[in-house]
Amino acid sequence: MIAETGHYALVLALGLALIQSIVPLIGARLRDPALMNVARSTALAQLVFCGASFVALVVLHVTSDFSVANVYENSHSMKPLIYKITGVWGNHEGSMLLWVSILSLFGGLVAAFGNNLPLSLRAHVLSVQAWVASAFYLFILITSNPFLRLANPPIEGRDLNPVLQDVGLAVHPPMLYLGYVGFSISFSFAIAALIEGRIDAAWARWVRPWTLMAWIFLTLGIAMGSYWAYYELGWGGWWFWDPVENASLMPWLAGTALLHSALVMEKRNALKVWTILLSILTFSLSLLGTFLVRSGVLTSVHAFATDPTRGVFILLILCVFIGGSLSLYAARASSLKQGGLFAPISREGSLVLNNLFLTTACATVLVGTLYPLGLEVLTGEKISVGAPFFNLTFGPLFVPLLIAVPFGPMLAWKRGDLLGAAQRLLAAGIGALLVLALVWAWAHGGSALAPPAIALAVFVILGSLTDLVERFGLFRVPFATALRRARGLPRSVWGTAFAHAGLGIALIGIVCETTWNSEYIGTMKPDDVARVAGYELKLDDLFQRQGPNYREMIAQFDVSRDGRAVSTMTPSKRSFTTRGASTTEAALLTRGASQLYVSLGDATAEGAIAVRIYHKPFVLLIWWGPVLMAFGGVLSLSDRRLRVGAPKPARIQPHLQAAE
Amino acid sequence: MTRKQRRMTIIGGSLAVLALAAALVLNALRDSIVFFSTPTMVAEKHVPAGRRFRLGGLVQPGSLQRGDDLAVTFEVADGSAKLPVAYKGILPDLFREGQGVVAEGALDANGVFKADTVLAKHDETYMPKEVADALKKQGHWKDDYGAKPDASNPGATAQGNSKGAVR
Repeated sequence: MIAETGHYALVLALGLALIQSIVPLIGARLRDPALMNVARSTALAQLVFCGASFVALVVLHVTSDFSVANVYENSHSMKPLIYKITGVWGNHEGSMLLWVSILSLFGGLVAAFGNNLPLSLRAHVLSVQAWVASAFYLFILITSNPFLRLANPPIEGRDLNPVLQDVGLAVHPPMLYLGYVGFSISFSFAIAALIEGRIDAAWARWVRPWTLMAWIFLTLGIAMGSYWAYYELGWGGWWFWDPVENASLMPWLAGTALLHSALVMEKRNALKVWTILLSILTFSLSLLGTFLVRSGVLTSVHAFATDPTRGVFILLILCVFIGGSLSLYAARASSLKQGGLFAPISREGSLVLNNLFLTTACATVLVGTLYPLGLEVLTGEKISVGAPFFNLTFGPLFVPLLIAVPFGPMLAWKRGDLLGAAQRLLAAGIGALLVLALVWAWAHGGSALAPPAIALAVFVILGSLTDLVERFGLFRVPFATALRRARGLPRSVWGTAFAHAGLGIALIGIVCETTWNSEYIGTMKPDDVARVAGYELKLDDLFQRQGPNYREMIAQFDVSRDGRAVSTMTPSKRSFTTRGASTTEAALLTRGASQLYVSLGDATAEGAIAVRIYHKPFVLLIWWGPVLMAFGGVLSLSDRRLRVGAPKPARIQPHLQAAE
Repeated sequence: MTRKQRRMTIIGGSLAVLALAAALVLNALRDSIVFFSTPTMVAEKHVPAGRRFRLGGLVQPGSLQRGDDLAVTFEVADGSAKLPVAYKGILPDLFREGQGVVAEGALDANGVFKADTVLAKHDETYMPKEVADALKKQGHWKDDYGAKPDASNPGATAQGNSKGAVR
């Protein structure tokens, strides 16, 4: 019954989405408020039905109803409850259902909180949102229905892929999807603006919080996925330039650019056409990511199924939406009025520079990701484009961007003073040079590029702090005054500083981990001692244990440093009988921001075991950076000016609307 | 500056950055891409020693030998040719004789493929896509390889000291 109810609810949601995609458009044509308001109620109803459908699938998984093919293939009655729930989106059908559920959630949010939007704009936005939703409902119902029944229900399920049985699955996909799908809002707003042929600063005021929210989730989702890969896959890598990772990085880069260009549009009413294009591109890249991951053109842990009809269907969706929106853009963009003018050296100019580098970096990632696919289709030759390619292209493009980061917030709108900004950043520059000298003197081995890269990161961090310090007037005015000013500072300023500092912190982590990572790989017998980076790890014991749906072999290590016991570490190797697969559970020991990492290989006949031990200096900074960036985003989002639904300021400040 | 001049500044700057990016991409594509080969293709093309490529095929049954200190040797076969592979490190969880494998590395002077990365997948029925295609082309395709991993997620694992491993 539940499966049929869920299926039926999904069909109803499709029906509602179809109504929502057509009726409000007609209403907007006829200027009929009643028809335009249909969008609001259908969006909310669609959310209810799509949500019901999703809940139905969760219930089926939790109750282990193996008469449903999806549950049979991905669940097991002995699986812990949390993995029964997360297993819902640990497969192709369920993850697509999560995708549309989030899409309908965003549609519902716009409907619920969009009361202060112009009626026709809201009708258009929700209508575009429903086009996307309809396409994906059709995709699910036609090619990947999660509610299919099995004729002869088996007693036991086939269990979830062991690699996915981890808390990471509870967090990473929903976060990532909230990010991916969140960009559909800015896409819908962009298309609505093109249809209406009208766009103004209020539009940007509306789009920015949504984009920011999607960006925060995407940032956290990518960071979470990276940390998950780091501890789960067992060889301590955290980023592989794998096409699937690139698929999430590209919308992030474009989304970051969009965030900055929307700022220019909101404050100065400039870069309108470009912002619209970025909105379209960001969501197109999200769709491309969905296609790459879901169609089976790539083989990866994310590609659950390789069914050609699905690939073709998603490719079709991709072509229709990207092609359609870009054609609309080409036809209508020229009708949008150009906005304010600015000097190349100004806040706007620096944001243009930011956009230029971010989109170019995004383009190189796109080339690196699609080139092997294209080459194989055209010539049949198989190549792989790996880390060296991206290090040679993405890296050099990010260096000028990072140098420019601290300058941006210091420049005034319209016309900036580069020399003044440079003078104010002098302290940060000197700090960076000091760090450079220190690292050079202290570091032994590793790439010669590492100390300058760390100095650059320090420059970014100190530069962001300098901006704050300048604004409170710390060291220039009495401390109490500075404190009062700090409290009065808009939260978005704090947000900017935190997000930029997060970038620098992540860079320090990346450079330290890749340069000064030390490792020990070998076979160990009980009582053997391995020495890595000043730590001594003694293999104390090897024993077997039975888990809920697996058996595991556990190795116990006593970790000591300079003769003093530090801790014990217990990496394990689990074998899952149902799938005949095994996973490596690494043990992590956190010391400050550094980590000791132990994972197991195969046991040999003589009772020894292959082990991998890494010492990863400052590795946690790689993820603390993005967390800080996301925190900056949250601060910015809580800024009064951007609060969703905040009333417009009564008096528009003259400098915001300065004439050309 | 007039509007036109300002616009030209921005367009000029953009073109400069794009040109830089294009140069970087072309340069990187020349130097850092890795081609995929099967043992037969290696035999036909006479790949020079030291050039990096990815070798794919089946692990020849009975060829796996473990040496001291995690050194292993095995042979990769594709039906018509075989190539010896040497690797030092921990093999992936699902590395098995008779199963598909992809290794990345280069040939040494003796014609032994020195792998620094060995990739295999977490699934019994899985066959790396490149290997499957190559075997199909040569007519060595057996149906049991093609047992579609329809619901069984082919979770990949890659092990080795390289960071460019496929997941």
